[in-house]
Amino acid sequence: MTVDSIHQVERGRQSSLKAPLDGLLPGSSPDRKSSSRRQAKLNDRVIEARNVSKWYGGFRALTDVSLTVRKGERVVICGPSGSGKSTLIRCFNRLEAHQEGEITVNGIRLHGKMRDLAAVRKNVGMVFQHFNLFPHMTVLMNCMAAPMWIKGVPETEAKRLALKFLERVRIPEQANKYPGQLSGGQQQRVAIARSLCMEPAVMLFDEPTSSLDPEMVSEVLETMTSLARDGMTMVCVTHEMGFARSVADRVIFMDAGLIVEVGAPNDFFTNPQHPRTKLFLSQILKH
Amino acid sequence: MLYADTVESEVLVHKPLFIASVFVVVLSICFMVNLTGTTMGELMRPVIGDPLESGLYGRFAIAFVIAMIFCLNIALIGFAHLKVQIAIVWAELLLLFLAFFAVFNLSLPFILQNLPFLITQGVVTTLYISAISLVFASTIGIIAAIAKLSSNGFAYGIATFYTSFFRGLPLLMQIYLIYLGLPQLGIIMNAVPSGILALSLCVGAYMTEIFRAGIQSIDRGQWEASRSLGFGFGLTMRKIIMPQALPVIIPPMGNTFIGMLKDSSLVSVLGVWELTFLARTLGQATFHHMEMLVAAAIIYWILSVCLELIQSKIERYFARSKVR
Repeated sequence: MTVDSIHQVERGRQSSLKAPLDGLLPGSSPDRKSSSRRQAKLNDRVIEARNVSKWYGGFRALTDVSLTVRKGERVVICGPSGSGKSTLIRCFNRLEAHQEGEITVNGIRLHGKMRDLAAVRKNVGMVFQHFNLFPHMTVLMNCMAAPMWIKGVPETEAKRLALKFLERVRIPEQANKYPGQLSGGQQQRVAIARSLCMEPAVMLFDEPTSSLDPEMVSEVLETMTSLARDGMTMVCVTHEMGFARSVADRVIFMDAGLIVEVGAPNDFFTNPQHPRTKLFLSQILKH
Repeated sequence: MLYADTVESEVLVHKPLFIASVFVVVLSICFMVNLTGTTMGELMRPVIGDPLESGLYGRFAIAFVIAMIFCLNIALIGFAHLKVQIAIVWAELLLLFLAFFAVFNLSLPFILQNLPFLITQGVVTTLYISAISLVFASTIGIIAAIAKLSSNGFAYGIATFYTSFFRGLPLLMQIYLIYLGLPQLGIIMNAVPSGILALSLCVGAYMTEIFRAGIQSIDRGQWEASRSLGFGFGLTMRKIIMPQALPVIIPPMGNTFIGMLKDSSLVSVLGVWELTFLARTLGQATFHHMEMLVAAAIIYWILSVCLELIQSKIERYFARSKVR
């Protein structure tokens, strides 16, 4: 457990960064990029966020959020709506831009330059609440598109890859249908397969089960659990506490743009420290 | 087609009240308009005697017969299947139009004599002017639409000024401005290129708005999914956004193109030998105005129908992913 590798820094109160991070600081080495790449490899750090802040106009959505995700780690982020958890993981592949602090993904520091961004996004899979499959393409083509167009994988190889991952999420028989013909759970599993086809270093899940019928939640969670079992690095924003308890290495609780509490699932659920966490857990575990 | 309800509705034209009211409406309209001097009056001669002498009785009789035929017709059509209904209605309306043209006493030999030239010269010119303008207009439209949606102030400014200007000026004015105005700047263009330029710019402005609406109709999630997979702007636009926007864009686009096909007749003011120009000049010399105008009108209609067919074909192609 690497609880020490995340740092929640409440503004003006405390600021503690452990020594290993120093090598990643911008400007700490003349050849910043290559050195940080080497460091990342050394430290197995897939995502590294330091003191990230983000504003929507005057509203502060994220406040000095720091978080490190190591290779093979499963991190679950939970919190009330509007707490900034989706914003945070959308910053990890820069669907949203952060204004302060710095985020390093796979050794590449995120900024507005398209070339680095493309390199990052290639390695970061994302699954959305509303699936966002491409409705005008078949399931198979949805999965083949990115490898073919981004990585230049030949068509036959892309097809083999797509079928492999469709099998992985257990819907190879739907390959030639259009997304509109599938159930919500099936669509979400296709979305997972679509991301997996790029063989990403980390998968981000943005409330993947929130718009599903209760019956279909479990099939998606099973898929995610099996992914986790195979060692995929995952960051999940979810309200599925059962999933968090059984799969997560770390549970992070966010509120009002701050990381309030971090803990191993057992501690987190049985012995929450912060009163806000207690309140949240009592609310959602009531039913 | 509207999304049909499962309620089994009664056939409207079989409701006695509806038929009766239609009957009354048709009867009163035909009675108010004096039809005794028309072909219909001639046909009724055995019953009402000399139609012009028959007075109110004659007018009523004619109106009554027409109303009867009309009501019987719609009631009978009500029994047929949908496709048959559509075919019958089309055939009847077409027949009425032919009858309307027949009244003009057009000289058919004159039409037939001039038709080959009207087609080889006029239609061909109209078609190639329209086709080239169509390509240019679409290109302008898509570029201007992206400019209009961009956060680049320069591009946005140009695009909005362009659409505002070219949608705001009558096409005829634009054609004159380009043909007569550009030479003042030292740019001398022939009539055909001027016409094509004016048409492209004008229709392009309309296309801009159509494309913009189409692009904006696509869910933000599609952009996000594309981005998260690493697609750049061009790839997202080409492979994800446009293919989904096209089904939304096609109907208004077909509309605009049919409009443009007919608007190309305005180029005739520059003396381009297209359909309208030829129809007018050929007819004028021999005082066969109507013959040529009717022939040209029917040719325009046929061309539009072709465009409609192409449009519905494309629509069907894009509907394939909408299966449930």
